[in-house]
Amino acid sequence: MWELIRANKRKSLILFISMGICLVLLGYFVGAVFFPPDGGTAGIVIALGVWFFMSLISYFSGDSILLAVSKAQEVSHDVHPQLFNIVEEMKIAANLPVMPKVYIVAEEAPNAFATGIKSEKCAIAVTAGLLSRLNRDELQGVIAHEMSHIVNRDVLFVTFAGILLGSIVLISQVFLRSMWFSSRSSRRYRTSKKVAGGGQAQLIITAVAIALAILAPILTRLLYFSLSRKREYLADATAARLTRYPEGLASALEQISSVSLDLPSANKVTAPMYIVNPLKKKGMQLSNLTSTHPPISERIKILRGMMHGVNYRDYQKSFSKVRGKAPAVIPTSGLLEAKRILIRKPSVEKREREPGKKKGIRDLGDIMRAVNKYAFLICACGLKMKVPPDYKKPKIFCPRCGRENEVPLAELAAVTAAVGAVTVEEGKKKEGPPGAPARQTYVRKGKGWESFSCSCGRLLQISPAFGGSHIICSTCGGITEIKK
Amino acid sequence: MAILILLLAVVVIVVVVLIGFYNSLIRLRNQVKNAWSQIDVQLKRRHDLIPNLVETAKGYMKHERETLENITEARSRAINAGSVGEKGPAESALSGAISRFLVVVENYPDLKANQNFLALQEELTSTENKIGFARQSYNDQVLFYNNKIQMFPSNVVAGMFSFTVEEFFELEDRGERAVPKVDFS
Repeated sequence: MWELIRANKRKSLILFISMGICLVLLGYFVGAVFFPPDGGTAGIVIALGVWFFMSLISYFSGDSILLAVSKAQEVSHDVHPQLFNIVEEMKIAANLPVMPKVYIVAEEAPNAFATGIKSEKCAIAVTAGLLSRLNRDELQGVIAHEMSHIVNRDVLFVTFAGILLGSIVLISQVFLRSMWFSSRSSRRYRTSKKVAGGGQAQLIITAVAIALAILAPILTRLLYFSLSRKREYLADATAARLTRYPEGLASALEQISSVSLDLPSANKVTAPMYIVNPLKKKGMQLSNLTSTHPPISERIKILRGMMHGVNYRDYQKSFSKVRGKAPAVIPTSGLLEAKRILIRKPSVEKREREPGKKKGIRDLGDIMRAVNKYAFLICACGLKMKVPPDYKKPKIFCPRCGRENEVPLAELAAVTAAVGAVTVEEGKKKEGPPGAPARQTYVRKGKGWESFSCSCGRLLQISPAFGGSHIICSTCGGITEIKK
Repeated sequence: MAILILLLAVVVIVVVVLIGFYNSLIRLRNQVKNAWSQIDVQLKRRHDLIPNLVETAKGYMKHERETLENITEARSRAINAGSVGEKGPAESALSGAISRFLVVVENYPDLKANQNFLALQEELTSTENKIGFARQSYNDQVLFYNNKIQMFPSNVVAGMFSFTVEEFFELEDRGERAVPKVDFS
């Protein structure tokens, strides 16, 4: 795998250099237009300054910014043991020095991404929608793909290429806008200056600068996207090799692509970090030049075409079969790998998707509640109650059978203290005046739907099927006894 | 004089290159060792999980005393296995006992509804997978290290400092070569 990284590094270096040349050229000509006659050097300095400043910011806080923007929450083993275990499995398979941090994003769109400029300090984030939709093998495939991005140093590439691209776009935007305004407001000044001398040269420089400002962002974007697509293929190949099971990732991609939900927290520059393009739009042709990801159908076809083994050569073979004469995606050193690696058998866990979408959505809610430190109580009647971390009373009534259940207050309190003061304050507000909860009695009139107000003023309803002895007000926690 | 300096420069370059090769060999050898210890960690973890599993299952599986005893016995044999040669078969036997147990579990829906057992089951599946992946990673590292030792020019350095080829961790039985199958369906 190290040879692959080296080959990647070489290619990325070429890309960085050409992007850098674009930036310097742009800086030179823009500078020459803004500060004639010889402001080219100043322009270069400014362009590099912009780039340097943006690099510094993202080097020191790049991960945390992306994780914060996508509202990812770090989770421990207890919140989702399976996810955590799978990440650990892949960490062992990829021989990573440290365990990546695991994050869950509270989004329904199924997707995943990896961050971490260094492989010693990296993180993998998945959305709750992904967790509720995939089975063990599929999730393993997705995590392996993300792990490959970390191992292949793709995160580093995306971050720094993204910064270069960002700087170029920024400078050309500023330049084009200022040209637009200055050409309207100070034409007279310019013409008088042109007469003064060197007008011809200045005109040419301006024309070149405008052309560059329009073309450079487009060119670098195309370069960036083409390399990012290649890296997606490579990550797929590495994932198949790590899991020994290409079908897992293929089927995961199929599941993911069947859902067309946008991820609101993603944008065009962070898009290459995700497993599938988070900005897919219905009816949009994904195989065009400006897409960050290869078309999913093609990725699936390639993975499913790996019939005999899972090493890089098998992937390349399958790739050329699907793509025809497209250039190779796997660096040559990867193709030298001669040892045949067999595909393993699927794990036998049954896919529990058949009962319909409802279970998936309930899972989704449970995952998010687990992330938000809810406690789960299972009543004797079988109902699973979700107790929020700021719940204060020692007892809770089952809404289905009316039984009293003990609340593990000590655990909840420990969790609440860990979550921080904000939640505690919120809890207090909700609870109202401290002390014993208000109690009142309500006598049912008949057997249909009935409603009455709690002592705090909240309207409570009883359904015809209600058979319990109490109702607890969700606003003040007051208990109302129900009598027939 | 000039020739002397040139000679000195050549010697320095050669030494630097040698040091580079030597260090990369050491790094690879450490990675092989690390991968091997990963396998040990996971085997140990499996040993730790089994008493809990047996304890949880005991109450539900009154009629499967034998299956449970087999697991406990296989576990203690695996723990007591001293040499690498004894360890391999003992651990494979344990894998077999576990997978038999998990097939039998299918007949006990009450047990399968137990949250505690489900959690243990997930841990056990994952540990079995981790053992498989650790072995896979170990073999990858060994392949890499052996290639380096045998290929020119690093083989010269390897010969000078007597780096020896490591052995792959293969199981004799072809059926057991795959990741141990845990059947939960």
